[in-house]
Amino acid sequence: MPESEALHASHRLEYPYARSVGPVIGAFLTGLRDGRLLGVRGSGGSVIVPPTEYDPDTGDDTGEVVEVGPGGVVESWAWVPDPLPKHPSDRPFAWALIRLDGADTALLHAVDSGGPDRLATGDRVTVRFRPAAERIGSMADIEAFVPEGGAA
Amino acid sequence: MSAVAGRRTPRPVSIASFAQARNVRRDDEHNEVEMLMPVVAEVFGTIGITKDDIDFICSGSTDYLIGGPFSFVTALDAVGVWPPKSESHVEMDGAWALYEAWVLLQEGEIDAALVYCFGRSSPGNLNEILALQLDPYYVAPLWPDPVSLAALQARALIDAGKATEADFAAIASRSRRDALDNPKAQVANDIPAEKLLEDEYIVSPLRRHALPPITDGVAAIVLAAGDKARQWSKPVWITGLDHRIETHSLGARDLTSSPSTARAAEGAGVSDGPIDVAEIHAPFAHQEIILKEALGLDETVVVNPSGGPLAANPLMSAGLIRIGEAATRISSGRAHRAVAHATSGPCLQQNLVCVLEGE
Amino acid sequence: MADRDDTAAAGDLGPVTTLATPIRLDFEFTPGVAQSRFLRGLERGRFIGQRCPKCGMVYVPSRGSCPTDGVPTTEDVELANVGTVTTYCVVNVPFAGQSIEIPYICAQVLLDGANISFMGLIQEIPADQIRMGMRVEAVWVDPDRLTPSLASVRYFRPNGEPDADYESFKEYL
Repeated sequence: MPESEALHASHRLEYPYARSVGPVIGAFLTGLRDGRLLGVRGSGGSVIVPPTEYDPDTGDDTGEVVEVGPGGVVESWAWVPDPLPKHPSDRPFAWALIRLDGADTALLHAVDSGGPDRLATGDRVTVRFRPAAERIGSMADIEAFVPEGGAA
Repeated sequence: MSAVAGRRTPRPVSIASFAQARNVRRDDEHNEVEMLMPVVAEVFGTIGITKDDIDFICSGSTDYLIGGPFSFVTALDAVGVWPPKSESHVEMDGAWALYEAWVLLQEGEIDAALVYCFGRSSPGNLNEILALQLDPYYVAPLWPDPVSLAALQARALIDAGKATEADFAAIASRSRRDALDNPKAQVANDIPAEKLLEDEYIVSPLRRHALPPITDGVAAIVLAAGDKARQWSKPVWITGLDHRIETHSLGARDLTSSPSTARAAEGAGVSDGPIDVAEIHAPFAHQEIILKEALGLDETVVVNPSGGPLAANPLMSAGLIRIGEAATRISSGRAHRAVAHATSGPCLQQNLVCVLEGE
Repeated sequence: MADRDDTAAAGDLGPVTTLATPIRLDFEFTPGVAQSRFLRGLERGRFIGQRCPKCGMVYVPSRGSCPTDGVPTTEDVELANVGTVTTYCVVNVPFAGQSIEIPYICAQVLLDGANISFMGLIQEIPADQIRMGMRVEAVWVDPDRLTPSLASVRYFRPNGEPDADYESFKEYL
């Protein structure tokens, strides 16, 4: 390599973050660990899922915890033919915004439909949790959503 | 003037000078300082000034892109800041650095500012790095990549009957054809939309052509007010500048519209007069449709004659480049009144609108 | 979907209060042209700096620009293997990953011919005898172990010359 050319080196950056979740996010994650989907009621009466400490429309504190799902409606979706290494599925899947039954906002997660021709906006899907022993209180406790009726 | 509460006529500030590096897929020869130096030298040199004529410096960048700490501090070596300068930095596109400098100029105590930004997308994996700007509890742990999130937005747009995949291809085709006249563009070609529709899906409904290129690039602007605005160049005035943000919660937004852009456009006074040209920071083809609607632009407006972000999308710089390109259209006499737009965050979460006018 | 037994089994674990969100990112980094020259110099057992064409200052390592004038530094300057301790501290606190026995000395060394100091480890002297102005020399790893990295410099040690005058380095503190 000529003297004028720049050197190169690979390097890895790692942050072992552990975040305090607080009572609202904590309630949702506790629900996931326990196999339930929870939202929270906003100041205008809407149910926000996943729950936030404040109503995104008004900025007011949110109120009571509300159980939602386990089924819901696909509001939009995007088919991933070649999943990336950190994606939640190692085989082709859809990202979807899912409005769970009883909720007024949508949750982002993976849908395991088996193919892009087996999913459409407006379809009903239902949650597939990991086994209880593997659940720790994180979004990964949901393995994926699947078409209602078990198409996949 | 439109009736926006609290809106007042801003102090006239001119885009006195603009420079950008040639946008490339990968510059693996230079560090940030070495990439910036020629651009800073050009942005000063074309109007015959030096760093000593500058009262304030503001930069935009993010260290996540190269994975090294404090690159925004070392980058100042490209300007030379001894004796010490008044300086600031935003972890945002350079368009927001320009906003900070413009606000300071409004105070009236300084007359000139340098704004610069740099974004090297090539050292790391953008799909992973950009996931880290998302909600760290509910979204980032799933590592959704920016293409996937944009695809959710594109699907929503199609489902709402507001666009088709052919529209996305037409925007990509036009942008890269226009980029043939832009020597700084990274992707420039003349491929008809029908041909582009044969591309494979990266994440459906987005085919390859609807995605921005991955770009290394830097840019700089000199802002001038008072006597300096006329002394240094033929003024291109910023007549309005505003930025707005929406909730980070994707599922709580209507992804088919951009209310934050519409609000910023109102604040900046886009509709106060006819717009000749718009430089829109729509990294994904479908986002141009959403943004045109939010900005209130009709079919007579020339959109992204530079090729826009589909021709070169240096992170942290592509927004400032929109302002520079729009200003260049005015200073070269090809437009009288222009709007420039910059975005940040997933699916157009945060948006800045800048209205520019010649004399 | 969770069955009834799943749900019941998780009941007495208490609320979730923290979330581990580890991040791992891989990069391909370049130090750029100027710093690469410095690093390649280390590979040959030499300190290579660069001079500003405007003010004449010599920076080591150089990032390719003069931080005072903002102009490219293109003239390479080979610096001496000896320099002056401008200031120092004695590290007495153990920390994770520490590879040197405490107490040890961390100093700013101004190489002869340079206009900026850089940080180096001082060895072969008791910690209580280090002083500002001490003249030191670089001790390199064996020639077959030189790499384009600061690891090529093992440490600095006193070279026996009389201390430098305070006046000669007071601008570099």
